[in-house]
Amino acid sequence: MARPLVLAVMALTSCTSSTMSTGSLSVGSPTLTLQSLQVTPPSPDPRVGLRAGLFNAEEAAWNMRIVSTTPPPEEFVGITNSDLAFKGNYAIQGNYSGVQVWDISNPSNPTTVTTFVCPASQSDVSVFGNLMFVSGEGMTGRLDCSDEGVQEAVSHDRMRGIRIFDITDIRNPDYITNVQTCRGSHTHTVLEDPDDQDNVYIYVSGSAPVRPEEELAGCSDALPSDDPNSALFRIEVIRVPLASPEDAAIVSSPRIFNDLVAPPEHGLAPEDILALAEAKASGAFIVEMGGQERVLSSRMLDPMLRDIVAARGGSGPPSAADSATLRAALPELIASAGANPLEDLGPTQCHDITVYPHLGLAGGACGGYGLLLDISDPIDPTRLAAVADSNFSYWHSATFNNDGTKILFTDEWGGGGAPKCRATDPKEWGANALFSLNGDKMEFESYFKLPAPQTSLENCVAHNGSLIPIPGRDIMVQAWYQGGISIFDWTDVSQPIEIAYHDRGPTDPSRMGMGGSWSVYWYNGLLVSSEIARGLDIFELTASEAISQNEIDAANTVKFEHLNSQGQPELVWPYSFSLARAYIDQLERSHAMPANRIDNIRTRLADAENDSGSAQRASLAGLSSRIRGMAAQSGDAGKVQMLADALEGLAEGG
Amino acid sequence: MTESISEVSRYLASLFRSASSLRAGVVSIVALSSSITLGCASSSQLTNSDVPRVLDPDLARLERIYRAREDSIRMVVNDADANFMSGMIHHHAQALVMSALAPTHSSNSAIKTLTSRIINAQKDEIAVMQRWLGERGRPVPEVDTSGTMTMSQDHSMHMPGMLSPQQIDSLTLAHNEEYDRLFLRYMIQHHNGAVGMVHDLFATDGAAQDDFVFKLASDIQVDQITEVARMQKMLDEFMRASPNR
Repeated sequence: MARPLVLAVMALTSCTSSTMSTGSLSVGSPTLTLQSLQVTPPSPDPRVGLRAGLFNAEEAAWNMRIVSTTPPPEEFVGITNSDLAFKGNYAIQGNYSGVQVWDISNPSNPTTVTTFVCPASQSDVSVFGNLMFVSGEGMTGRLDCSDEGVQEAVSHDRMRGIRIFDITDIRNPDYITNVQTCRGSHTHTVLEDPDDQDNVYIYVSGSAPVRPEEELAGCSDALPSDDPNSALFRIEVIRVPLASPEDAAIVSSPRIFNDLVAPPEHGLAPEDILALAEAKASGAFIVEMGGQERVLSSRMLDPMLRDIVAARGGSGPPSAADSATLRAALPELIASAGANPLEDLGPTQCHDITVYPHLGLAGGACGGYGLLLDISDPIDPTRLAAVADSNFSYWHSATFNNDGTKILFTDEWGGGGAPKCRATDPKEWGANALFSLNGDKMEFESYFKLPAPQTSLENCVAHNGSLIPIPGRDIMVQAWYQGGISIFDWTDVSQPIEIAYHDRGPTDPSRMGMGGSWSVYWYNGLLVSSEIARGLDIFELTASEAISQNEIDAANTVKFEHLNSQGQPELVWPYSFSLARAYIDQLERSHAMPANRIDNIRTRLADAENDSGSAQRASLAGLSSRIRGMAAQSGDAGKVQMLADALEGLAEGG
Repeated sequence: MTESISEVSRYLASLFRSASSLRAGVVSIVALSSSITLGCASSSQLTNSDVPRVLDPDLARLERIYRAREDSIRMVVNDADANFMSGMIHHHAQALVMSALAPTHSSNSAIKTLTSRIINAQKDEIAVMQRWLGERGRPVPEVDTSGTMTMSQDHSMHMPGMLSPQQIDSLTLAHNEEYDRLFLRYMIQHHNGAVGMVHDLFATDGAAQDDFVFKLASDIQVDQITEVARMQKMLDEFMRASPNR
């Protein structure tokens, strides 16, 4: 018994030594200081040094619990599992050999509904109604779904594009048609247009080389100046008529990159800003190039100064007056130094596009650019804004926060097959870049990268995830391949903070084997993860200092009938006592109200819950209006109003 | 008291480091105890699901299938794929040589960032290409850490985009802005060559059937196209700032 006691002491010391927070914020009220989120991650980080194993790797978890882990069906063992989509009680998991459907109605024991063999990489899947869409990009995908590959470089047996299945009987997917595209489909995005009940749209993303014209007519990889039908520098939009999905076809190929000239990079790194400030302070010549201030080097400066000295007929070193002359003339010199001699065509394709139909927006992760698109007309998306990254990130996917005031781009550096989370890999690379979004303006705020260093045996980089519907906060769960799963709070977009995780040791103790979480999504109270080598994992959040049980319960009131993560759904919370309690917990956590007031509200809410009928409605309405009156004196008037709204909604609905 | 706690912590930390067989048990106990630790205001949990070292028979059978499938994938090697991997190792090695000059030859922070990213990315890709060849019993070109090839270099000269010895010499002699501009010009040429190699691979019958080769080649293609666009933009800025150079 002595040993657990000693260990408890160690846990205690680690708690006190490693508290992380995002700082405090003073608010108007002199008596209240708004407390930002404080968490105490276990220390040392238990993700470091986990034992390797395919089906018996050591695991570590914090603030989440594994509900089940189910190995792949025998047909798919050793073949890469890819993305997930959801419909009802089914989780549909892509695999480079086909698609597997799981019944997850009992999450502690998912059962196989079907293992449908039809090889294609990456087999990213989406669903809509009774239709299932599957991406094919690799050279081996065949029209007939057989597994013999396609040896010829040019072949009419090859399928690269979107396969469409009827899954009215989900046990027997019926392959009804496909839409071939010039670059195949690495991933795709299903767009449900709120104004169009007759069709769904698919945005095809992919960056593999263009197919030969002899294999698919009309495919050209010439520059658009040489061939206006070039498959480069455009995306494909497929329209799927719901009444006749077999007639699905490409309806437009929007050139969303046109005239994409040098968007401002998202800003300098802190050390660069410091160097620039020091240079300014010491009187260096500063010029603006490419939307960014830069220090003019002496190599460029000296000839110009010599010219000025010569122009006044002088000799020797330039005088202070010469310097002043140059300083005044510099902006014009830079501007007149010649137009861009080379046309900037922008990226040739997008890796991934996330649509948010509720706001009519899409986030395009397209080469070195993060794009904001207006998709109110699905077949004619137009670019609203573009950002690039001064750290040379190459962006792969995008996620909006629920109210559309933030957007996150991921940098899948190394393509997912490389170990980019080693202690030596910079935190800006292979990470998420977080932006505030104000109208059509994207402003860089911060990076977030998995904080636990991984070994060189673990492929690791930012990958797919989704929002977790904790009301009133921006919380995301994200897959990092063999870096595991990480949940972070980005409510304060300038200071994202990790609040939960799960990780395993490498799949192999001696060599890097592909593995880890391809994607993890919140779906009706579960965190469902596609494990590349190990199958299907299901997790639950556990209550912690970072997320209360009431917040988890409120999240679980959000129900989806289906989910394609790249077709981001708006999160809407039905009025419930959990919702009200979640907001109260948040007001308590942030110290936005005095503790005695929080206690008082909780007592009254509990009393109201015990009431029924008109008495309950009256007490809820009364509590709502009293709380509304407290908003101005609180540290977080917005959150107090949300609480009052929730209670009012409960009163009216109850 | 404090000392004894830290001693215990050190002892436990050493256990963590040295005795992996104990680790699962230790972590579980910490999980149990932290939930009853009063001093910790949080309810943070550290758990380990006590994963057994010995697999049950069903999982053991699946693992055998997994390893057998890995082995059988390695049995079939297409010559075009193997030549691509081998050639690309040489190609990448030259990019390392070009980029390794940056810390001593450039004073431009963007060039330094770019070259760091190229070095990190291409070193990792070289390692996976070497492993791919080695596991298939093919000759593995060796590259020392500075990027210099220890194998014969002659066939590398014929690969698209490779710098000639004269170009390498010019780059080695250039410093500061002259290096930066030359680096960008040469690396654009070099990257475009790699993109051409991917196109040639895909135009070859039987090539890139291996998912790993397809993915690596596609990633090289798109990464380097993206980097070419970035480098072109940087070069344009140099041109604007000082067009007559």
